[in-house]
Amino acid sequence: MTELPGQASRQTGRESLLEARGVRKSYRSGGGRLDVLRGVDFELQPGGFVSVIGQSGSGKSTLLHLMGLLDAPDDGGVWLGGERVDDLPAARRDRLRNTAIGMVFQAYHLLPELDALENVLAPLYVRHSLSAWLREGAAARARARGLLERFGLGERLHHKPRQLSGGEMQRVAIARALVAEPRVLLADEPTGNLDEESGAGILDTLCELNRRDGLSIVLVTHDAAIARRADRIVRLAAGRVESV
Amino acid sequence: MYKLLLCWRYLRTRWIALASVISVTLGVATMIVVNAVMAGFSNEMQTRIHGILSDIVFESHSLSGFQDPQWHMEEIRRAAGDSIAGMTPTVAVPAMLSFQVRGQWVTRQVMFIGIDESSHAQASDFGRYLQHPENRRQLSFLLRDGGYDTVDSQAEAPGPTRPALEGAGWPYRRMRVERERLWRERQEEQERATGGPTRPVDRQVDAVLAATDPATARPPADDARPDPFKAARPEEGRAMDPANEQFTGIVPGIGLASFRDNTGVDRFLVLPGDDVKVTFPTAGTPPKAVSDTFTIVDFYESKMSEYDSNFVFVPIAALQRMRGMIDPQTGIPSVNSIQVKLRDGADLDLVRDRLRKAFPAELYAISTWRDKQGPLLSAVDMEMAVLNILLFMIVAVAGFGILAIFFMIVVEKTRDIGILKSLGASSAGIAGIFLGYGLFLGLVGAGAGLALGLAITWNINRIRAAVEWFTGERVFDPSIYYFFKIPTIVHPATVLWIIAGAVAIAVTASVLPAIRAARLHPVEALRHD
Repeated sequence: MTELPGQASRQTGRESLLEARGVRKSYRSGGGRLDVLRGVDFELQPGGFVSVIGQSGSGKSTLLHLMGLLDAPDDGGVWLGGERVDDLPAARRDRLRNTAIGMVFQAYHLLPELDALENVLAPLYVRHSLSAWLREGAAARARARGLLERFGLGERLHHKPRQLSGGEMQRVAIARALVAEPRVLLADEPTGNLDEESGAGILDTLCELNRRDGLSIVLVTHDAAIARRADRIVRLAAGRVESV
Repeated sequence: MYKLLLCWRYLRTRWIALASVISVTLGVATMIVVNAVMAGFSNEMQTRIHGILSDIVFESHSLSGFQDPQWHMEEIRRAAGDSIAGMTPTVAVPAMLSFQVRGQWVTRQVMFIGIDESSHAQASDFGRYLQHPENRRQLSFLLRDGGYDTVDSQAEAPGPTRPALEGAGWPYRRMRVERERLWRERQEEQERATGGPTRPVDRQVDAVLAATDPATARPPADDARPDPFKAARPEEGRAMDPANEQFTGIVPGIGLASFRDNTGVDRFLVLPGDDVKVTFPTAGTPPKAVSDTFTIVDFYESKMSEYDSNFVFVPIAALQRMRGMIDPQTGIPSVNSIQVKLRDGADLDLVRDRLRKAFPAELYAISTWRDKQGPLLSAVDMEMAVLNILLFMIVAVAGFGILAIFFMIVVEKTRDIGILKSLGASSAGIAGIFLGYGLFLGLVGAGAGLALGLAITWNINRIRAAVEWFTGERVFDPSIYYFFKIPTIVHPATVLWIIAGAVAIAVTASVLPAIRAARLHPVEALRHD
């Protein structure tokens, strides 16, 4: 498939922020082949909030990984800001993951050796060399501290992940995803491991980020009630888009 | 930045990895200690070899030597230029040393070396190894009136005492002569009473007394040159008074005259003041064996048993005269060799090569002191090299430990690796974390090894004493090694090589785990439990 960058925007008339077009992905499983995505189209407008919903195994997390450049599609492509990004060299994809894409996972995925503040700073640690960090470090720390305080974790800056509750860890993970000022936030079942109250709190945070800060968000969930908080819902079933 | 941060955090939190570097620490410490001790031994050995040999030895291929050492020394000075600090001629011949112990004759094969007492000490460290303080300052072949060291002057810690040397010299000689006189008188009385010697031992003693009679023991003085040792010998034709006169003085190696008992005390078979007989070849062709009686005036102790139980020093002029090495017509002497001492900082090999160009190789052998002891020094170097290879294997084995533990850590940290990749870390960056971690561990292991190694090296004699006290066994027996303490020298360059090698092994061991970590797929890594 050889689509040109910008093709999607020509089709939609308005430039998409993030777009997947005809993506296919299959994995080897046992002796056979498991087709997880069978030609999925997806589009996120700047400032949009889209939920991807589907049952387990429907391919929603795989789609998120492809759009987050953690994996490459077997066919089709991914565009970010009108530029095809899935076939870029590894170094440029690494840079895009660091600067343009923020990711939040169901299992929080915080680094256990680092405290809350350091976890939030992790993308900036990855971005800067030691000398650059000596120049930029103070500003970065102030920004990370500000984010944690905004999410009600001002008292927990130096607590290790094992000392935080699930909701707190997820808020740290969201702060980490936002500290690098990404163009899009990809959230994979962010409330999946949380109790109802904590989950609602996380969801409120995401909605506020979208509405107040204009952050573009893709939210993957299997819960229809959560999915309804988004502007648009994309339903996946058996590796295909069932409805939009 | 994240690589540094995570390396540091892993170092502080992963104790299992620190355990893996214990073997690096032990390997580095062992290598430092072994190298320091070997270097100490090697240095002691070289010092002692150098103590007997001057920087360059200029010698004849023949036992008869070469004539006119003065002319040779001038030629050597001309060829070597400003590098010469001092020169002294020597004559060395194989000989047999005989002395009596409790009525029994003990005979030993020795190297009989004639030295110039005024200049020899300038060309080598010979003087340092004598037992009389005055002789250490200026060697004399005249018997001293007591004052020999009863404590080993070369032992920094109080070593085994030598009580037998107290009173050695003239007091001992007079006492011995008096005792012999009394014993002989008693024998004569018994002989008068019984009509002649009855016991075999008596007959032996008579034979000894006859042999040590100066009138029969000394070869005729047939050269016309003035004898520098005339004062030290009785006048011809006159019976010698052994209580007040001595024969030509000699300085045997201490190993020829003593042994160390199991309490560490040196026991002497003969003492300064005793007379001994030496048999050696003349310089003519064919050589004939001649004997003479000499008086021990001191002992030489280089702590190299090869020298201490082989060398006997004698005034060169006396030896030249006895061997017939002085031309009866011209009075010009011959010598075997010339010992050349160079100024500090002079290039030994350069001077040796200049001298080799100036003198025909068919007549003279010119070598540095290192050349002379080449096989021994090479053997020590080889021993050190083999030991280092073996010990480095220990560190290499430690490398495999690091490899295994790092693989374990990579598996344990798989999800963290996925997280870092999701945050934009490159594969090279991930590999860098583990390589950096290996480097940190190597530095910690080698640093701890350095500290431990230096601590052991600097306290090795205390540790030896503690082990000996605890076990009741001698760990380092001075009677075997002739050192009273274990000598150590720490060469900074060697230590740096050891540390660099250990760190390199730790980093190399982390390469494979680092590659594995770098190749992890981020999605699979994130799903890892």
